[in-house]
Amino acid sequence: MRLISLVPVNTKIDFMRFRKVAAILSLVLCVASAGLFGVKGLNFGIDFRGGILIEIRTEGPANMSQLRSNLSGLGLGEVQLQEFGQPTDVLIRIERQPGGEKAQLEAVEKAKNALGDKVDYRRTEFVGPKVGGELIEAGITAVLLALGAMLVYIWFRFEWQFGVGAVIALLHDVILTIGVFALLGLEFNLSTVAAILTIAGYSINDTVVVYDRVRENLRKFKQMPLYELLNLSINSTLSRTLLTSVTTLLALLALYLFGGEVLRGFSFAMIWGVIVGTYSSIFIAVPSLVYMNLRRSGLIVGENDGDDAAEAGKSA
Amino acid sequence: MVYFAKWKIVLVAIVCVLGIASAFPNFLSEEDATALPGFLPNKQINLGLDLQGGSHLLLEVDVASVLLQRREGMVDSIRDGLRRGTPRIGYRRLGVRGECVGFDLLREEDLDPARRIVRDLESNTFDPTLDITTDGLSITVCATETGSREAVSSAVQQSIEIVRRRIDELGTREPTIQRQGADRILVQVPGLDDPERLKALIGTTAKMTFHLVDQSNSAAASCGPGRRRPPGTVCLPSVEDRDVNNEPIMYLVKRRVMVDGENLVDAQATFQDGQAVVSFRFDAVGARRFGDVTRQNVGQPFAIVLDKKVISAPVIREAILGGNGIISGNFTIKSAQDLSLLLRAGALPAPLTVLEERTVGAELGADSIAAGEFASVLAVVLVIIFMAAAYGMFGIMADIALVLNIILITAVLSMLQATLTLPGIAGIVLTIGMAVDANVLIFERIREEARNGRTPISAVDSGYSRALTTIIDANITTLIAAVLLFQFGSGPIKGFAVTLAIGLLTSMFTAIMVTRMMVVVWLHRRRPKKLPL
Repeated sequence: MRLISLVPVNTKIDFMRFRKVAAILSLVLCVASAGLFGVKGLNFGIDFRGGILIEIRTEGPANMSQLRSNLSGLGLGEVQLQEFGQPTDVLIRIERQPGGEKAQLEAVEKAKNALGDKVDYRRTEFVGPKVGGELIEAGITAVLLALGAMLVYIWFRFEWQFGVGAVIALLHDVILTIGVFALLGLEFNLSTVAAILTIAGYSINDTVVVYDRVRENLRKFKQMPLYELLNLSINSTLSRTLLTSVTTLLALLALYLFGGEVLRGFSFAMIWGVIVGTYSSIFIAVPSLVYMNLRRSGLIVGENDGDDAAEAGKSA
Repeated sequence: MVYFAKWKIVLVAIVCVLGIASAFPNFLSEEDATALPGFLPNKQINLGLDLQGGSHLLLEVDVASVLLQRREGMVDSIRDGLRRGTPRIGYRRLGVRGECVGFDLLREEDLDPARRIVRDLESNTFDPTLDITTDGLSITVCATETGSREAVSSAVQQSIEIVRRRIDELGTREPTIQRQGADRILVQVPGLDDPERLKALIGTTAKMTFHLVDQSNSAAASCGPGRRRPPGTVCLPSVEDRDVNNEPIMYLVKRRVMVDGENLVDAQATFQDGQAVVSFRFDAVGARRFGDVTRQNVGQPFAIVLDKKVISAPVIREAILGGNGIISGNFTIKSAQDLSLLLRAGALPAPLTVLEERTVGAELGADSIAAGEFASVLAVVLVIIFMAAAYGMFGIMADIALVLNIILITAVLSMLQATLTLPGIAGIVLTIGMAVDANVLIFERIREEARNGRTPISAVDSGYSRALTTIIDANITTLIAAVLLFQFGSGPIKGFAVTLAIGLLTSMFTAIMVTRMMVVVWLHRRRPKKLPL
């Protein structure tokens, strides 16, 4: 049986040659993402903005214009209607009502009265202003803590240069994910934050595998120039990097296509994150080590065997 | 040398058997699972509200109202205490002053007895709950932080009790009612067809009082902006009745509470002359008071007030002595039932605000499960095919490990009785994709070592040992993300963190122990000259 293989044996792609192009490309994309975030902003879901979300199923295809006119007469401010997965399902978003929590509850009741008993309420969510603010806070805290904790862990297991490189790659992935959400106007909600944290985990996971090889090679090939050594490390882990990305993408694709409407945003973010994360491990995380004085730190690789032995003992 | 310790084989076997036994009940119906013999595990995975359908409500107790009530209660108690003092203690201007309660004494010699009276109001705790300051003849009593916290805490406890009673009356199964933080209550009610009714029931304070209506002044002349109310009266709107301008009709009622709903022992919805009404029964104290008031005020209207709104104000025809009465109003059968339910369960100590609601219909939940199941199965099939194509026989070993991995995730979820949510299913699907990573790392390494000229056995050996640190490093970072998600995520997201973390741990176990065992056994049996990798 012939096995399929994504990467031919003994690949010697000069990834490091692309480091400047990749750095510029990534920088441009990050700046563009930040710009989009600043100018266009994110389409925050009710989790963060507060407001009301009602998913209904009508008998037969939904009459959107009828529904819209029924709801817009209520004076509830901005009301968005969207077909959700199939013609009978409609997702209704009502903006946060001025006033406190009571006002939101009354709006839910008004909307339900206007829609009548004919429709089937599949989902009703309402987030008051207070909780929305708290959820934003918790989301930001979680992402920042995750970045910090990963930096510390890598620092502890490797050297500070690796920690910084990994976090640069990580930030890159997070920023680009936020950017694509701003660009496409996709709803940014709690599950997007979950996706971002998972992307962070995945991206670090990917980076660590290559870094591990860099560390090993640094010990093994003491005379090899760093440029070559990094290239070798990327190439020898390339097959694994791509294979794992493919299996993960296969699973995510199944989720995206058949996992239902509710999970679509999450799986989209994850698919994007896996692609970006794979790219950044190879083109950002590893090349960044070149700029951080890795060899001269002397902690990783000593010029004599004594240091090496000490290092071997340390890493055991 | 490639060697797999006996105890490890035993461990793998035990984990596999336990895993399969624990995961098994999930493939049965609920009845069949509970009918399993006692020595077998019979716990099924707990489905989150987003999968089984139900309502999630986050409520907040109105702290300001709790503290205000406490101050008002203190005013009453201080008044009582001062009046009962012998010799009588003269005072004036007793009332709520901002965040505190204050009064002025008339004579200086009353300072000490007055302070003692106030001190006696304190609850028995180590920390003082009241802070008493004197300025000349003026005494100010403030709640200390401990005092306020205690008041809020007991109001929350009491609210939880009342909410539980109300929900129990609805007859739903297994509601979860938990305290969250200082002043919040989380209510989770699975499988409910009318969330609006639940919200209405929880959102009503249901404080019922009976008041006499002021007959000497008309409500029209006394109520409304710029009009003066006679002392000791209050204007309350009607619940239902509206005037020509569609404004609620106002009642001018005496402020004094004649009988309190606290004294009710039972309330039922019934019919009177074809109209839905609520019949109620007082306890001994309530019955006596109710009897006294009705005897003394025959011919006068008697206002029944619920949460500062007048339900109705029927004229007392005769003294009602038995402690039984009837509330009539514009009730439908349902609203009469709801009111009697609220009265039976008792009043909330303070209003509750709904901060967050997430209600999922059972149908959407079922759809989500079906979609999740399909996506999971498809993901498994795709990954299995891909792994077999990429690594041949080794891939198939990894595939066996993958299936075992999913069984183990199911087993751990069932054993821990963790809640599986829709994002949790996403976590499982993601794990399916990522779980093979450990095996990919190992196989790639073995391949590489073999290419460098090692014998199959030595390649396998060093492949496993070298990949191990990488696997651990890589997985711990993802685990960090999962832990933080659990810590800061709410409801469904927590479910995602749980399955992600469990999936990582089980995938490490299956990759390091299970596939390794298979590879080692195969090596020993076949003693191949070349690895089929």
